[in-house]
This record gives sequence, structure tokens and C-alpha cells, in this order.
Amino acid sequence: MRQEDVSQWVKDAQAAFGAATDLDSLKAARLAHAGDKAPISLASRGLGSLSPDEKASFGKIIGDAKAAIAQALATATEKLEAERDKKVLLEEVVDITLPVNRRHRGGLHPISIIKNEVSDFFIEQGYAVAEGPELESGWLNFDALNIPADHPARTMQDTFFVEPVESGMVLRTHTSPVQIRTMLTQTPPIYVICPGRTFRADELDATHSPVFHQVEGLVVDEGITMAHLKGTLDNFARHMFGPDVTTRLRPSFFPFTEPSAEVDIFFNNRWIEWGGCGMVNPKVLQSCGIDTDVYSGFAFGMGLERTLMVRHGITDMHDIVEGDLRFTRQFGVGL
Amino acid sequence: MRAPLSWIKEFVDIPAKVSADEISDGLIRVGFEVEEIIYQGADLTGPLKFAKVLSIEELTEHKKPIRYVGLDCGEKETRYVICGATNFAVGDMIVAALPGAVLPGNFAISARETYGKTSNGMICSARELGISDEHAGIMVFSEDDAKIGADAIKGLQINDVIFDVAVNPDRGYALSIRGIAREVAGSLGLTFTDPVDALRSLKFSETGKGVSAKIEDKSSASVFYLRTMSNFDPKATTPLWMRRRIEKMGMRSISLVVDVTNYVMLELGQPLHAFDKSKIKGGLTVKRAGKAQKFVTLDGQERTLDPDDLMVCDDDQPLALAGTMGGLSSEITQTTTEIALEAVRFDPVCIAKNSRRHKLSSEASRRLERSVDPSLAEFASARFVQLLTEHSSAVHVATVVAGEPIYPAVVKIDPTYISRILGFEVSNADVARILRLIGCDVDEKSWTVDPPSWRADLVGVADFAEEVARMIGYDKIPSILPPRPLHASLTPTQKRRRAVATMLASRGLAEVQTFPFTNQETIDAMGFVGERASTYAIANPMSEEFPLMRVHLVPGLIEVAQRNISRGAKDFAIFEMGSIFRSAQKLVPAISPDLSKRPSEKVIEEIFASVPPQAYHVAGLLVGKVENENWQGKARAYTWHDAIEYAQDILALCNLEWSIKHSDFAPWHPGRCAELIVDGKAVAHAGELHPRIIAKYGLPERSVAFAVGLSALPDSSLVRPTRVGTMPAALQDVALIVDVKVTAAEVQAALTEGAGDLLESISLFDRYDKIGDGKISLAFTLVFRAPDRTLTGDEVSAMREAATAVAAKKCGAVVRTA
Repeated sequence: MRQEDVSQWVKDAQAAFGAATDLDSLKAARLAHAGDKAPISLASRGLGSLSPDEKASFGKIIGDAKAAIAQALATATEKLEAERDKKVLLEEVVDITLPVNRRHRGGLHPISIIKNEVSDFFIEQGYAVAEGPELESGWLNFDALNIPADHPARTMQDTFFVEPVESGMVLRTHTSPVQIRTMLTQTPPIYVICPGRTFRADELDATHSPVFHQVEGLVVDEGITMAHLKGTLDNFARHMFGPDVTTRLRPSFFPFTEPSAEVDIFFNNRWIEWGGCGMVNPKVLQSCGIDTDVYSGFAFGMGLERTLMVRHGITDMHDIVEGDLRFTRQFGVGL
Repeated sequence: MRAPLSWIKEFVDIPAKVSADEISDGLIRVGFEVEEIIYQGADLTGPLKFAKVLSIEELTEHKKPIRYVGLDCGEKETRYVICGATNFAVGDMIVAALPGAVLPGNFAISARETYGKTSNGMICSARELGISDEHAGIMVFSEDDAKIGADAIKGLQINDVIFDVAVNPDRGYALSIRGIAREVAGSLGLTFTDPVDALRSLKFSETGKGVSAKIEDKSSASVFYLRTMSNFDPKATTPLWMRRRIEKMGMRSISLVVDVTNYVMLELGQPLHAFDKSKIKGGLTVKRAGKAQKFVTLDGQERTLDPDDLMVCDDDQPLALAGTMGGLSSEITQTTTEIALEAVRFDPVCIAKNSRRHKLSSEASRRLERSVDPSLAEFASARFVQLLTEHSSAVHVATVVAGEPIYPAVVKIDPTYISRILGFEVSNADVARILRLIGCDVDEKSWTVDPPSWRADLVGVADFAEEVARMIGYDKIPSILPPRPLHASLTPTQKRRRAVATMLASRGLAEVQTFPFTNQETIDAMGFVGERASTYAIANPMSEEFPLMRVHLVPGLIEVAQRNISRGAKDFAIFEMGSIFRSAQKLVPAISPDLSKRPSEKVIEEIFASVPPQAYHVAGLLVGKVENENWQGKARAYTWHDAIEYAQDILALCNLEWSIKHSDFAPWHPGRCAELIVDGKAVAHAGELHPRIIAKYGLPERSVAFAVGLSALPDSSLVRPTRVGTMPAALQDVALIVDVKVTAAEVQAALTEGAGDLLESISLFDRYDKIGDGKISLAFTLVFRAPDRTLTGDEVSAMREAATAVAAKKCGAVVRTA
């Protein structure tokens, strides 16, 4: 074995690899010049029979040669693989525009979406989300909110009563009883919103539903003023309807607030009634045992269906209550 | 409440330059929502003339009555028109639109040939003129009302602006022109002349003995004015201007006496009732009906009185349902010559109850239940006498008064509270000025405020704060965010609900929300029995179709599925989350503690406990194919295990462990329903719906459903994870032959128990049921791993054999050899 022979093997391998035109012919060349039967491999295996001196000098020569052959193989492989990728993989082209709508598309109901959105907005402001039962005590739904029996305010809301009527049990006409529950079980400062399902005996039509949703807000703290109410509503309206929306408070009447107001928004070039609000009536605070010399509060409430319809330009309530998948799926999960 | 500008102007000096929009904005600013501004006459142009009917020729050859009418329009020649109405006679005055006129709806009048004649104009109905919805024929007048040939646009006061104002229940005083005018003046800073001022000095001479008046129960009415009048000529008619004002308010002209009562009510706000005095036996008393009895109101309806109904009675019998509607027997008729005019300040609650018990909301009850100015019993009844004597031959006989008006109490206020609650500085001087503007007497030294007679709603400082705020304008309130807590979050329950919904939605289920109502037929069809079938009944349901509260979510999902199927959907999955209302708890009589202070903790607890628990569920319904079928090929149908998997996914999402067992549970297929048990409690059911239900509701065969009682789930505990083992795992497959009645869960549990602590996981990879002889084969892969070493073959075999030994003992499993 001479050094010249080894150099020649390297040159032969480099030439053969360089001459290969595809990965198959490269494989043949690799077997011939770097496989088990290749001269360099045989020489490498023959090293064991050499004397220690020869082993050292030839070992290095053969090691270098093997590295050079491996380098040549890698270069050729990379070149030929690139060529193959260019040709062959392109031939495997598919029509990736084929419809792959195999799985059913789900989604949250838009009322859930807007409820989550409102909840998240107020949670970020430090409000908790309070909930209560839909079948509710009439005392919590009316009396404690300063809506006495036989007051016209009770007939403002067509109430569903539950048998036996002596139980006074009603399907809550607003989420306000949750406010009372909160004030009876917690001490100020109170910052809560109460989203939930509510009921009024209205026929289902394009803008009304006997079953609908509200979100109410309640704040009871030291030094709370009507300016705080207005600031909160402005902030809320901008979040729901965009930065350009403006709000307007109009004097109104609700038994549980005094002063009371309707809140309107100017949206899409017209004033739209959004909800009701006011400073919590001191009578209501007193019925809950809250010291009105120290604390005051505000409350507001709006319909979620209405908010949704105004914001999204939904013109018929039927779409919201019927559960047609073609409607609901358009909303995804609202993100 | 309607309010014509022409009438408001009688009490407010409104400069001509103030537009209707400005008045409307002014009303809105102080809390009166203007629902509509009606520009009456804006779409009407003349010539519109009063004309006298000279001749009527009936054209009988047509299908309907047609008249060829000769009219004197104040022109040289008689004008002939065709008319289809028949409610007029020769000598009547009518309104004729002449050629060139344009009526509302862009209806141009011209001379035209019709029914073989030339029609030179049109005789008009009120509706055609756009001044009323009345369409029972054309408008007919007497010659006292109008001059032949006079301009009818002017004569009928057609050109007017009418505001339709929403009046809140605390502002009964504004259900009158007096009240609305006061608000217009207050809002726009104009001068208001109270019409009552002119009535204060009215005196009527007593010419005889009047009908006596009495209030039996002082809590039902404070003051009762009864004015007796005689010598009334029943032929007297309502002057045109009064008739037109009543019509503009949306009411109908009936007869002079009735029209005057209505006119005064609309003007001042006090309902009045006129009796035919000849029908009264003895005197009039305000008292309770006392016993159930029949009573016919003047709308002709026979009603059964409640003993508690407040009535106006004579010595023999009830004559009127107090403050709500008069009785037929004593109403003013075409022969009435003597009148007893009642004006009472009734207690609002009594009238509200009268009205509610008889489902009878009248113009009178609407005002009285919102509280009427107690001074008006005197002044409104005086106004009636004034108007009736002015427009008829009637004379005042006598006035009898029972009781006396009770005025709103004087209130002591802290004026600084107002700035404190409004969030901006209002000087004491401004507070006093505004409270005086709305009619209060204010003593600025002691800060005692005496509210005006018409403001029974002003009882606390918060009420005065609203008055100050609305007169200054809510737009002056600054916008500031309150101090807020630093942190809040959803509760674990709320987070869990949201996570479950989001998971289902992102896995292809669409959320629906259905009305939580049901009916007995549905409950029975579902096969619910016992406690699961009992629910609360709505006393006044929207329809008899759905009078009960739902006991389960699946029926609502079925209804939505049916709707979607009927609209062409085939393969889909839906879910709903919400409360159900099983009536395990009997409702107790209402607990209504006093409101002046916080109820005791015991009472609060009782109130909370009186509200039955309402379980919160999530349920899903899966129909048709698991996937959409398309060019990729067919898809398999949803099957029982899909439903079970969703139910398990929900429990897994909530980080709970459960066991599963077979269940025969409605509304599922008795052989294909799984019950999932957490902490010994059945919390979920899933599987194939009962075939009977599928057939009844026309769902695709073998539709499946799941229901999970979310509110029954325990909180998840803190996760304490085991270390992940990095040593090699050893896999062992075992195939076991068991009786077909043995469940996979039982076999898996036995293997797990026998395999010992080093078993990392176990999974069923094959189930073969073609063995016959009532046997099946279940094949499991067991993965063993030790935390600290590579397991030897002997160790692994020993563990596998230990596992199969327990399976053999507990399930009769025989290891299947190849």
C-alpha cells in the first residue's frame, strides 16, 4: 500500500461522486468507493496487521483520505438532493385549495360572546361578576328595589309569576335582585356586574323576546357620585362601540335609583337608547343595611340583545333566539 | 301623552323663533322622552272648504252605495261631488277638498269623471285629512261650528305640532297640558302661566240643594268635590275648538258633558266623572264594594266586583268603579238634564288595584294611580262648571265637599348632599332657585322645602337632587372614573363554565340558547319520572303551549335540531348551558320583611332559602355524521361513544376523576347510556337517545346526547404531579377472553389493580366479539416503568401475570393464547 495509491482512491472517489447524475448512481458510486469492499475500506481494515510505526503513519493517511471521501460524498449528496427536490417534489404537487372542511364548525352563541366581553372588560377594571337564580324571590326582585306592590312601576315590567302565586316567586324581570343579594351578603366597597338571563311577558317579535339578557353594574363605595357613573358608562360605551361613540344621559325614572337616567349612545349617526342607570336610591341602600351617611352608589343596566343588535346591525331578534347554526357559526368564539 | 303646541302655548309664552325640535330637545333634557313629533297638516294643502249639503242623489246601479252630492261651498254655483259615505244628510256641514288640493299621501284632488258623473272635489273624512284615525265616515258639523265657504284648514286647526311624550310613572302631574307646559317653560327658561291660578277665585252661587258626598274610608280618598248642575239642554253640542283639541289628544268627542270632563282632565290632569243626577238615589259615597256583585261599566261589560273594589255608590248600589270607569246605569245620556260632577283625589294604590283586578286601564286610572295633585279636585271641578255653563244652558246648583286635600309633607334637606351626589358643585343659591322653579317653597335658613301640591314624589333629598340635576342638565355632569379595586377575577365556577363552552365550541359544537320553558307532554315523551319530572308552573305563561319550567336541556336541543333539520341542515352538533328547574323544594309563602331597615340575618337566610336551587347543566346533541361528507369521501355517523367522550372530556377539563357504569336513564336508550360518577355522585349521562324519542321528533336515527350537571361537580383540587420517569418503558400486551356481560371498565380496573404501582398506563387496543359462545376478547397494552432502573424481563412478566390473575379472579378472564 503506497501513499500514491491512497491519493488515487480519493481522486477516483471524488471523480465518481462528481460524475453521479442522480441519487441512485451516487449510491452505486458510494458502494464502489466508500462501501465495505472499497479499497480504502479494505486498507483501513488491513491496518491492524501493520507494525506500530506503520500503523501510526498509514493510519493518519487513511483517516485523512476517508474524511476527504466522506466530504466529497456529502457535497455530491447535497447537490443531487437539491436537484431531486427541485424536480421530483414539484412533480408531487397537489391542489391545496381543495376544500378540507371536514370537521364541523362550532361556535359560542353571540350572547355568550358579548357577555364574556363585557365581563372581561369590567374584570379588568376590578369588578367581580355576580350571579343569581333566574327563579327569584319577589321580595328581592321588587320590594327590596323600592318597587312596592301596586306601584305602577311593577306593571312597567310584565312579570311571569310562578305557582303558587302566594310564594311571590317570579322569573326575575331584571338582574337587579343580584345587586340586592350582593349588598345583603357583602360590605362596601362593592364593585360588581351582574350579567344574566331575564324574563318579561312580551311576545317574541323583531325587537322583543320574553327571555332576554341583561348586564347590570353596581358600585357602592365612599364618595361615589353621578360623575363616576358617567365616566364608567363613557368608558364602557367606547369599549363596546368604538372610540368615536358619544353618550348622553337623560333624566328618567327607576324606583331603585334616584336621580335616574336613561343612557343613549350616538352610534351610526343616530341616538339609540342603550340602558338605564342612576344613583342607587338611599332607600335601597338602607334596606340592605348600608350606611348612607358614609356610602353612596351607582347602578346601570342594559340589554345584551339590544347591545348586540345595535353593534352588529342585527335586525331581527328571531335570529338570536332560534339557534339556527348558520347564524351562530358566523361569530366563532368571538375572538 | 300627547301635547299639541297650540295648547301648550296657551300657558307658555313661546317665541315664534323657537322650533318644534328645540321644544322637543327641551323636554328630553328634563326627562320627558318625545317619542314622536307629529307635524299635522304639513302634507296637506287647500283649498279645503266648509260646505253645506244641498242635495243628495243616490246612485243605485252600483255594487256599493254611491251618492252624487250638491254642495254650497260659498261659490256662485252648486258644486257636485261623488261620495261613497252615507253618514250625512241634507243640511249638514261637511269639509270639501276642492280641485287643486293635495291631501296627505300626496293625494291630489282634481275634477274627474266617475260613476257616470263629474266629481268636482271630495268630501273628506278625518283620516283622509290626516288628523285622526277615525274612519267611520266623513266629518259632519253643524252650522254653529262653521261658516259656509270658510277655510277648513284654519277652522279645524289642522296646522299644529303634536308632541307624543312618554311620561314616567313618578310624574303623574305631566299627564296634562298643564304639567307638560310647566316642563317646557322650565326647560327653556320661558314664562309659565298656571291655568289653575285663574280658577282659584271662581265662585258659583248656590241655587239649590246638591247631591251629598261622603268618603267612608279616609285612606281611600282624601277629598271629594261633588258639583250638582241643572237645566242642561242635552241638545247642546261641543264647540269645534274643544272637539278638535280632544281629537288631537287621540280621544274621541262623545257629547258635550263627557267632552268637558275629558277636556278638563287633559288640560289639568284631574279625572272627572259626570253622573246623570236623576239616576242617583240619595247621595254619593266613596266606599268598598263590600261583597261580590255584578256591575256593568259604561263600556257595556258586565264585571264581577271584588269586595275590596273601591266604588262610588249611591244609597242603593255602586254607580262607578272609582277612578277607573263609570257605570252604565248612571251615565250621561241624550235625555240628561241634571248632572252630578265628581272630582275625587283617590288613593293611587286603590285605583291601581281596581284597574289591575279588572284589567281595565283607563285615561282616568292611568292618572290617578300615578297620583293626582290633591288641589285639583276643587279647581278641575270648577273648571268643568265654568266650561259647561259657558257652552250650554246648565246652571250650578250646589257644591258639596267631603274630606280635605292632603298635601306632600315638608322635607328638611342638606343642600350639600346634592353636590356630593352629583359630582359637581351646585351652590345653595342655585339649589334654592331650581327648587322654586319647579314649584317648591324653600326656606334657605332651615333648608326646609315644601314641595308643590302636584309633586307627591318629592320625599327625600335624593329626589331633590334629581330635580336640581335635570334642570341644570345631565350634560353638565363631569365624566370621571371611580376609584376601583386593584384586582378581580372570574370565580372558579365561572372560569370552568367558560372553559367548557369554549372547548365544545372549538371542537365543532355550536352553542344555542333556548327558552327555559316546557310542557307536560314533552316531559312525558322524554320519559322523565318522579323528581326529574316535577317542575314549577308559570301562573301566567306566554302561551298554554309552554306553561312549565324546563327540567332538562335535551328537549330544547331537540327543538333547535328539528328547526335546523327543517331548514336543510343534516350533520351537526349543538350544545346549551343553563339552569334547569326541578321542583324538589316546595315553595313557601312569600317572606316580605319591612323595608325601612336591613332584615335580620335570620330573615335574610330564610329569603335566600325560599328560592329553590336551580341546577346548572351543559348538554349536547349530536346528529348525523361526525364529519362533513365531501370529495374526501363518506364519514361515519355519530354514535354513543362520541357522546360519552364529550361528557368525559368535560370532566377531564375540570380535572376530575370519574368512574363509569351502564345506566337505564331517560331520555337515553336503556342499553346505550353511560353514567359518569364523581365522588360517588352521578354527575353526567351520555349515549344514544331513546329510539322512541328519535322517532317522535324526527331526528336522524341513533342521534346521541350528553348532559353534565356542572353545578354538581366538585371543585378540582390542587394538582400535585408525579415526576416524569425517564427510564425505558416496558410494553406488555395481554388478550383476555371474558363473558360478553363483563364490561371493559371492570376488566381494566382489575388489570390495573393487579399490575401494581409500576403500571404507567393501560389501554384497550382491540375488542373482538366474533368468538361466539357468549364470549369476547379484550386486548390491552400495559406500559410499565420504574423511576430508577430498567425493568428486567422477569420483573415485567411477573407484573403482567399478577395483573391477569386479578382479572381472572374478578372477571373470570382467561388469557387468550395465540
